[in-house]
Amino acid sequence: MDPAETPEAVAASRARWSLPAVWLVPLVAALLAGWLGVKAVLERGPAITIRFKSADGIEAGKTKLKYKNVQIGIVKSVALSPDLKEVIATAELVKDAKPHLVEDTRFWVVKPRIAAGTVSGLDTLLSGAYIGVDAGKSGKSRREFAGLDAPPVVAGDSPGALLVLHAASAGSLEVGSPVFFRRLPAGQVTGCELDPDGVKVSVFINAPFDQYVTSNARFWHASGIEVKLDANGIRVDTQSLVSILIGGVAFDTPPGTTAVARAAASTEFRLFENPTEAMKNPEADKLEFTMLFNESVRGLQPGAPVDFRGITVGEVGAVRMQMAPGAGEVLVAVQATIYPSRIEWQDGVRSTAGSRERRRRFIDALVASGMRAQLRPASLVTHQLYLALDFFPVKGAKVNWAASPPQLPTQKATLVELETAIGSLAAKLEKVPLDDLAGDLRQTLQSAQRLIDHIDAEVASEVGPTLAQARKTLASADRLLSSDSPLQTDSRQAMREVARAAQAFRVLADYLERHPEALLVGKKDEGTK
Amino acid sequence: MKPRKPHSLRRTWAFLVAAIILYVPANVLPVMHTEWLSGSEDDTILSGVIYLWSSGSWPLALVVFVASISVPLLKMAALAFLAASVQLRSTWQPRQRARLYRIVELIGRWSMLDIYVTAILVALVQAKALATIHAGPGALAFAAVVVLTMLAAMSFDPRLIWDAQRHGSR
Repeated sequence: MDPAETPEAVAASRARWSLPAVWLVPLVAALLAGWLGVKAVLERGPAITIRFKSADGIEAGKTKLKYKNVQIGIVKSVALSPDLKEVIATAELVKDAKPHLVEDTRFWVVKPRIAAGTVSGLDTLLSGAYIGVDAGKSGKSRREFAGLDAPPVVAGDSPGALLVLHAASAGSLEVGSPVFFRRLPAGQVTGCELDPDGVKVSVFINAPFDQYVTSNARFWHASGIEVKLDANGIRVDTQSLVSILIGGVAFDTPPGTTAVARAAASTEFRLFENPTEAMKNPEADKLEFTMLFNESVRGLQPGAPVDFRGITVGEVGAVRMQMAPGAGEVLVAVQATIYPSRIEWQDGVRSTAGSRERRRRFIDALVASGMRAQLRPASLVTHQLYLALDFFPVKGAKVNWAASPPQLPTQKATLVELETAIGSLAAKLEKVPLDDLAGDLRQTLQSAQRLIDHIDAEVASEVGPTLAQARKTLASADRLLSSDSPLQTDSRQAMREVARAAQAFRVLADYLERHPEALLVGKKDEGTK
Repeated sequence: MKPRKPHSLRRTWAFLVAAIILYVPANVLPVMHTEWLSGSEDDTILSGVIYLWSSGSWPLALVVFVASISVPLLKMAALAFLAASVQLRSTWQPRQRARLYRIVELIGRWSMLDIYVTAILVALVQAKALATIHAGPGALAFAAVVVLTMLAAMSFDPRLIWDAQRHGSR
């Protein structure tokens, strides 16, 4: 290695060779680090923030996010919102979750809870609370969410139909209350909201059942036990034990309806108070009448049946007082609706087919032959009244078609008539001078008493000696009849004499039998013997 | 007497740079993935130290911190300092620097502590249903860091420290 010119060239070639050999190590390290870093970055999913009312059960670095019980993320930090009203949990999700972080994705804290007859989240007793996720369907991506207070009743992907019911009140319904179809649990209430004219209840009907939600389906409160007291007596209705405890909704199609198309999604229905009301046919054909009663209508409720010989042909509407102008009378006006569709003409044509005029003539004819409206007690115990249409042997009244609604003539209730009769009887009884009568009666009784006293005094004085006399008589009679009395002795002697006489007579008779000649010749001498 | 190590400085630099590069993922990425009944958890070295510290095991936390974080860091710094001083032909305190080198070589293997712990845990805790522990990607990087720093220390020729002295005195 002597030549002084070459070493640099050699060194350069060696350096060029050895440089990569040694520097390969940091290069590999850099590649490794880069790969690890890139992998970590690639594996890192999107970060989201979820707002909760409280951080109950949420722990930074511990609490998981789970979808269908698969962990898809973890809470990284929990912080308070600037206004201290909420808790903001920041969570990191797995990469695959990214497309599902959309507007209607829902988050809630899963912890043990007992609601609407179900117990859920028991596994969290052991594992600690976690955040449940329900993937949304919207196309709009989102990274900031508001957590739900309670788990959603229905998972976003479960098949079924979401419906809206309008009710007068929520009753005992709450989120999670069951929906029944033919007494099978068919869905759940997903929300109750206030509505301008009542309550808006959204329900979710699960898959096999949603096909029965036709456009004419009827929904009603199946809440608890329904005890109803009406003209028909007491009725108790329930759906299931669960609904007794927590209430619920039931639905069905009214009987006799032919196949109707399925209700479209988000169709709005009315939520009736009870099945009877729900199942009532909405009568298209109605006839309104007013009836004036001059008696108490206590016990007559709106909704009471209008009965024609046992068949309900309508129902009572409003009941109110009416002053008859000038007559100085206060009458009770009962409005009733009659459903002509329930009456069939003899020729098979429903009365709906009849024209107005025909109907009018018909009703006039009925009234002319004595048809009247009358209040009758349905039950003497409950004192409920119903309105009966019946024929009475009366004449003269007519339908007042001029009034609006037309006015049917009425008949006093049988009970009221009876009351009137009893009333007049009582009035007559009142006229009887009961006081005078009582005075007279008392006098009579007093004189009778006096008479009895007199008789007592007179008779008692006579009775004493008479009795003594009688006793004496009896005593002497006794003496007379006793065994040692002379009469007895005499009579006994006399009897003996008679017996002796009879004996002598028998001897004589015997003798005469043997010697009849003795009668003529006298007794023979005994010596001959 | 040992023969001089060829391309000592260059090699030292290469291993050192590699170690520094890998030190980042070693500390950022999880070294241990623990799964137990209620869930799973990823632990980096630092989070492990923090966990130990917050759960009250201060001595253990201190040991892990020193062995796994400060020792590799100090070792890399010391090697970088030595290599740089040789590169710059510094004549400052050759005796002290030689001692520093010896210390670095001595404590090198101690920083493998964390890897040992992880390896033992992975081997031991395999009760499938209840809990399992896997080594994370950080463990690989961390092991590489330790090995690389050891290699760097090995490839560094302490005689170079004195070379500058001789050049300087010449």
